[in-house]
Amino acid sequence: MHLVSHEVPLVWYLLLSAVLFCLGVVGFLIKRNLITVFMSIELMLNAVNLSFVTFAHQWHEVKGQIFVFFVMMVAAAEAAVGLAIIIAVFRARSTLAVDRIDLMKL
Amino acid sequence: MNDSLHLWLIPLLPFIGFLLNGLVGRRLPKSVVSAIALLAPFGSFLVVLLASRPASFPHVENYGTWITAGSFNVDLTLVLDQLSLIMLLVITGVGFLIHIYSVGYMHSDEGYWRYFAYLNLFLFFMTTLVLAGNALLMFVGWEGVGLASYLLIGFWFQRKSAADAGKKAFIVNRIGDFGFLIGLFLLIVNFGTLTFSDLAARLAANPTMTGGVLTAIALCLFIGATGKSAQLPLYVWLPDAMEGPTPVSALIHAATMVTAGVYMVARTHFIFDRSPLALSVVAIVGAATALFAATIGLVQNDIKRVLAYSTVSQLGYMFLGCGVAAYSAAIFHLMTHAFFKALLFLAAGSVIHAMGGEQDMRKMGGLRAKTPITFWTMTMAVLAISGFPFMSAFFSKDAILAAAFASGSLGKILWFVGLVTAALTAFYMFRLWYLTFFGETRSHDAHPHESPRSMLGPLVVLAVLSVGGGWIGAGRFGAFLSPTLGTRTEEMSGSLELVMMLLAVAAGACGWFIAHRMYYQRSAAAQLAAPAPAGHNLLVNKYYVDEFYNFAIIKPLIAVSKYVLEWIVDVAILGGLAWLLAGIASFSGAVLQRWQSGNIRSYAAWLALGAALLLYFVLAPHVFGAPSLHLGMAGH
Amino acid sequence: MHLILFIIFAALCLTGAVNLLFQKQPINSALSLIVVMTSLAVLYLLLGAEFLAAAQVIVYAGAIMVLFTFVVMLLNAGREERTLGSSAYRTVGFPAVVAILAVIATGFVKLQGFGDARMDDHITSTADLSAVLFTKLLLPFEVTSVLILVAILGSVALARKSDAEEREPK
Repeated sequence: MHLVSHEVPLVWYLLLSAVLFCLGVVGFLIKRNLITVFMSIELMLNAVNLSFVTFAHQWHEVKGQIFVFFVMMVAAAEAAVGLAIIIAVFRARSTLAVDRIDLMKL
Repeated sequence: MNDSLHLWLIPLLPFIGFLLNGLVGRRLPKSVVSAIALLAPFGSFLVVLLASRPASFPHVENYGTWITAGSFNVDLTLVLDQLSLIMLLVITGVGFLIHIYSVGYMHSDEGYWRYFAYLNLFLFFMTTLVLAGNALLMFVGWEGVGLASYLLIGFWFQRKSAADAGKKAFIVNRIGDFGFLIGLFLLIVNFGTLTFSDLAARLAANPTMTGGVLTAIALCLFIGATGKSAQLPLYVWLPDAMEGPTPVSALIHAATMVTAGVYMVARTHFIFDRSPLALSVVAIVGAATALFAATIGLVQNDIKRVLAYSTVSQLGYMFLGCGVAAYSAAIFHLMTHAFFKALLFLAAGSVIHAMGGEQDMRKMGGLRAKTPITFWTMTMAVLAISGFPFMSAFFSKDAILAAAFASGSLGKILWFVGLVTAALTAFYMFRLWYLTFFGETRSHDAHPHESPRSMLGPLVVLAVLSVGGGWIGAGRFGAFLSPTLGTRTEEMSGSLELVMMLLAVAAGACGWFIAHRMYYQRSAAAQLAAPAPAGHNLLVNKYYVDEFYNFAIIKPLIAVSKYVLEWIVDVAILGGLAWLLAGIASFSGAVLQRWQSGNIRSYAAWLALGAALLLYFVLAPHVFGAPSLHLGMAGH
Repeated sequence: MHLILFIIFAALCLTGAVNLLFQKQPINSALSLIVVMTSLAVLYLLLGAEFLAAAQVIVYAGAIMVLFTFVVMLLNAGREERTLGSSAYRTVGFPAVVAILAVIATGFVKLQGFGDARMDDHITSTADLSAVLFTKLLLPFEVTSVLILVAILGSVALARKSDAEEREPK
C-alpha cells in the first residue's frame, strides 16, 4: 500500500475499534476483580464509539456522532448505577472477587 | 330357515349369568347366585329343546361379518344341525344337572359366586364352540373352554398343587392349540375360507382330491384334538386336573370340554375322510391311548384319578371310532359316556363328601350301607361303563368295536386292543366299586353320611340316563346323524355282529371276575401284584411320563429361560439399555449442571460464545461469502 | 501528519488497553483506562468530531473514570486474588473472542468505498451537532436527562448504608 503521510485509510480506525472491542471482551473474561471487569465493559463501549465516529466521518452523517453522544450518556448512568451495585455487593459479601460471588450456583 | 330360532340365546344366557355372578355375585346372597347360575343352563336347554326341529336342519343364523381381509371372510354364524343338536342337549342338559349338584357340593365354599361365574363362562364358550359355523369361531370357543378349565381347575388357587394343575392344563392345551392353528392357516391358504359348509362343498366338488395337504390339515387339527381331549402325548393334564372341585371334573373333564376334540374331528370329517393316513393315525392314537390309560388306571388309589384315566381311555375309544370313519358311533359313545362318566364323578363327589374329603380308596369301604343312594347310582354307572348288556355303553362301545373290526387288517388289530381295554375297564371300575363300597370301613375318622338331596337328585337322573340312554340311539343314531356325518359303507353280517357283542360282554365279565376275586374275596390281591413289582411300580408311577416330560422338555425350557432369556436378554440387553439411558440422563445432567455454576466468568465465557455465534450466523454469509462488502446509507 | 498522529495515539490506545489487562492492581487498570480514553479523544478529533472529543475527556475521562477511582479507593480494592474458578473462560471464551475478531476484522477489511481521513477533512462543528440534536432528536435528549436522574436516584439508594447499619453504635 502506497502510504502518503497525510492520509490514513479509514479502515484502520475500524480495525483499531475491533481490536479494542476484543481486548475488552478478553478483559471481561480474565479479570478477577469486579471493578476491573466493569472497566473492561467501558472499554468495549469506547471501542464501539470509535466505530461510530468513523462511519459518521465517512458518510458525513451527524447522526453517527449524536449516537456516540447518547452512548456516552448511557455509559455514564450505567457506570454510576453499576458502581453503586458493586458497593452494595461489597458490603454484603465483603469481597470483590468475581469468583466468590456465586450465590446463584445450584 | 325362515324364522329365527334365536340360537344366539344359547350362548348368551350363560354369558349373562357369568357377568352377573362375576361382577356382583360377591355381594349377593347365595340363593340369588344359585338362581342366576341355574337359570342360565336351564334357559339354554329350553331354547335347544324348542329349536329341535330336525326337519329344518341345518339351520344357519348369520349375525354379521366379523373379519374381512381381501377375499377372506369370516362371519359370526351359528349353525344348528343334528350333530350340534346332540352336543347341545348333552352340554346344556348334563350341565344343568351338574349345576344343581354344585349347589349342594359347593355350599360351604367361600368362592361360591366365583365358581358359578366360571361355570357359566364355561357353558358360554362350550356352546359357542359347538354352534360355530366356521372354524375360527369354534377356535374362540376352543380357547375359551381352555380358559374356563384353567380357572376352574385352579379354583382353590391357594393350594399350590391346584394352581400348578391349572397352569399345566392350560399350557398343554396351548401346545395342542398350536397344531390347531397351523391347521387353520393351512385351510385358509388352500381353501380361502374357514366356513364348514363352504369347505365341505369345496371338497365335494373336487372328488379326486385326497391326501397331501389334506393329510397335513387333518393331522394338525388332530394335534389340537389330542391336547383338548387328552390323548397321547398330551393327556398329562387331565389326571392333574382332578385338583379342581368334583363337579368341575364331571362337567368339564368328563362330559363336555374333553369331548370338544371328538366333536371337532366329527365336524371336519369331510377332510379326514379324504386322508386315509390321517384316519389311521387317529385310530391308532385313540386305541393306544385307550389301552395306555386303562393300564394306569388299574393301580391308582385316588378315586378321582381312576376316573380321570378312565376318561382318557374312553376318549381313546371315541377317537378310535372316528379313526375308522364311524363318526356317528363315536358321537353316540360321546353321549353315553357323558351320562355315565358324569354320574361316576358326581357319585365320587358324593362319596368324598360322605368321607369328609377323603379321596384315597384304600381308606374307604363299607359305604354300601351308609350311603345307599350313592351306592346304587354308582353301581348303575359302573355296570354301564363295563358294557353290561343293554345299558348305554353296551350299544355305543359295541358300535365302535364293530366298526373297527370291519375296517381292514389294521382295524382288526385295533379291535383287539379295544377288546382288551374293555376288559381292563371293567376290572378297574369294579375294583373301585369294591374298594369303595364293600368290606369293613377302613377309615376310623370318617362318619359317612348320605349327601343332600340337591346332590342326589342329579345322580338319580343320570343313573336313569346311563341305563336307558343307549336305547335312544341304538340302531337309529347313525341314520339320525347321516345328514351331517355321512353314512358308513361297510356293514357287517348280523351273525358277526352278534359274535362281536358277545365277545365284548365276555371281556367285561372277565374283568369283573378278576376284580371280584381280588377285591371282594381278597384272595389273590397280593399274589397278583407281587410277581411283577417292577411292572406294578411302572403303572403306579404312570409310566413316568410326567417325569420324562419334566426332564426332556420342561427342564431345558427353564434352563433356556434362565440362562438365555433372563441373563442375556433381560439382564444384559434390557438391563444394559436401561442402565445406558439412565447413564445418558445422568451424564448429560452432570454436563449441563456446569452451565449453572454460579461462576460469573463462566457465564461471561458462554455469553461471548453466544455473541460469536450470533455474529457468525448474521455476518458470515456476507463477510466470508462475498469478495467485497458494500455498505451504504441512503443518499450517499 | 495525520498518519503520524494516528499511529502514536492508536499505539497509546492499544498499550493502555493491554496494560489494563495485565495489571493486577485495579487502580493501575483504572489509570490505564484513562490513558485509553484520552487517546480516543484525540482520535475523535482526528476524525473531525470536536464536540465528541471534548465530551470524551470531560465525561469519560473526567467523570466516569474519576468515579471508578473513587470507588476503588473507597472499597480499598487491592491486589487481585487468585481464586479457583471455572476454566470455561479459557476453553470457551478465547476461541469465541478470536472468532468475533475474525468476523469483524474480515468484514471491515473487505469494505468497499471507504476512503481515507485527512487533516483537512470537514470538521463537524458543535453547531451542526446541536442543529440536529435539539430539533429532530429532542425527545431522546430529554429522555436521556430523565435517565440520568433515575441513575442518580438509583445509585444513591443502592450505595448508602442501610438503616440497620447506620444505627450501629459508633
